[in-house]
Amino acid sequence: MIVNRTEVVIGRIVLVVVLVATVIPLVNMLSAALQPADQNPTGLTWPTDPQWGNFVTAFETGNVLRLMGSSLFIVVFVVPISLLFATLAGYALGNLRVRGSRFIFIFLILGLTIPFEALIIPLYYQMQGLGVLNTQWAIILPLIGLYMPFSVVWMRAHFIGVPQELAEAAKVDGATTLQQFRSIQLPLARPALSALAILLFLWTWNQFLLPVVLVSDPLNRTVAGALTFFQGQYSSSIPLLNAGALIIIVPTILVFVIFQRQFIQALLQGAVKG
Amino acid sequence: MTTSIAPRRAAATAAARRGTLIGWLFALPAIAVYSAFVIYPLIMGIQYSLYRWNGVGTSEWVGFANYLRVFTDPTLLGSIRNAFVLIAFFTIIPVSAGLVLATLIRTMRPGFMSSASQTILFLPQIIPLAAAGIAWSWMYAQTGAINQILEAIGLGFITRAWLGDFDTALPAVGLIGSWVLTGLCTVLFLTGIGKIDQSLYEAVRLDGASWWREFITITIPGLRQEIAVLVTITIIAALSSFDIIYTTTLGGPGRATLVPGISIFRIGFTQSEVGLASAFGIVLMVLVLACVLPIQRLARVRDR
Repeated sequence: MIVNRTEVVIGRIVLVVVLVATVIPLVNMLSAALQPADQNPTGLTWPTDPQWGNFVTAFETGNVLRLMGSSLFIVVFVVPISLLFATLAGYALGNLRVRGSRFIFIFLILGLTIPFEALIIPLYYQMQGLGVLNTQWAIILPLIGLYMPFSVVWMRAHFIGVPQELAEAAKVDGATTLQQFRSIQLPLARPALSALAILLFLWTWNQFLLPVVLVSDPLNRTVAGALTFFQGQYSSSIPLLNAGALIIIVPTILVFVIFQRQFIQALLQGAVKG
Repeated sequence: MTTSIAPRRAAATAAARRGTLIGWLFALPAIAVYSAFVIYPLIMGIQYSLYRWNGVGTSEWVGFANYLRVFTDPTLLGSIRNAFVLIAFFTIIPVSAGLVLATLIRTMRPGFMSSASQTILFLPQIIPLAAAGIAWSWMYAQTGAINQILEAIGLGFITRAWLGDFDTALPAVGLIGSWVLTGLCTVLFLTGIGKIDQSLYEAVRLDGASWWREFITITIPGLRQEIAVLVTITIIAALSSFDIIYTTTLGGPGRATLVPGISIFRIGFTQSEVGLASAFGIVLMVLVLACVLPIQRLARVRDR
């Protein structure tokens, strides 16, 4: 590759500036979180006497354990059910290509660009009617439906790429549709499924609008939705607010750093397919 | 020969019919939840939008009056205007910055430095937007880091509480969106550039083309697919922004950062005007479609 020297240098400098700008807000949260809880900190200054105890205080007064439990409960229902339904439908539309599959596909595509805000008012009264308002189910049920268009489109794209010969070979060997699905198609779909699982986990864990509107008790929300409760709780203490917010985002960041290759891959594919 | 075809065909049709039935059964759960929690609320939303209803009492048919109010009420129009201003920060800045950044760092050899940069650039994409809002409220505070940096470089006279100032609140909130989305754009463009034929770059370099010429003639055309995708998702993010604004300004000061998402929330739940809020929801949905469809069509036409 022909590259001149100044270009490389400028590239490096710009990159470093952007990287610093990206991490400053996060480092700034940490530096504020370590200041004495009863004082108003100033800007980005590393504390002389870091108060790591703020994290313990925020963890206890913020009921973080219960919040994480609530989020986990929501994720445990939303992600596997969405994956199952989307895989079945994706298989029907992408591989079986049944009569009318084009119609189903267009019907689903319609929902792809609907902003959640456009549905939030009717969803509220629907959840009220079902008697699940203020419970985790008010988040779980709508999310499964709202993520369905994207998830089916995603799985369909995978199944379209699987050669038809595989299905035909299995049929010749006398496999039923269900057998064929279980022992041939599912194992092949694992990469697509795990990428979709990552996306759905992240979107559910970070979901904010639904919990804020549909669940009034912050302890029954997702952790992201509970951030507003922290804002109320610690309105007088910037250090504790930042400590609480950090406790909430650190687990996601840890999971991200461990699985970063899969995460970045999934998010990039997600962007392209969405 | 001819006699055996008819029964075989009949058997094939029967099998095909059974196949269709099984296929529909496979698709059924997905269609059911989608219909129950997207299509049904959508239809209900359209119905609500034609009534005046406070959520508990009796409702009154008002026809298209709610839609008329969305397009005549200065507060509501103002929130739509603000959403379009946010496109500058959610779409134009991240996409152009991402293009330039990706071009500048494309020369970097893959290694620890480049993968570490990718990880860091992606961080804002991983954390909840609500948390980004909290982080940035503190950055923008009177005693926050932004003012501290401005003081340090001798710009102390422009310091202020950025989110509390009528003139700066909207751009300040918008820049949070730029912070979140620039990394995504950069990394996606980087993978896109990786797919462009490297010999094209070698060729223009040998012709002595400038950096700018190379950018215009090779990088931009090569990335049009990625550009279309990112413009689409960032416009949707701008028009339907909620999380960041909720945790930073709640639409304030005054109505300086009011956006459709926050408006719907306020009208529907604080003012209890369910019909009007539903009408605004439908308008928002149509606005998003009206912005996104032409881009999709443009990208597809350019592809041919």
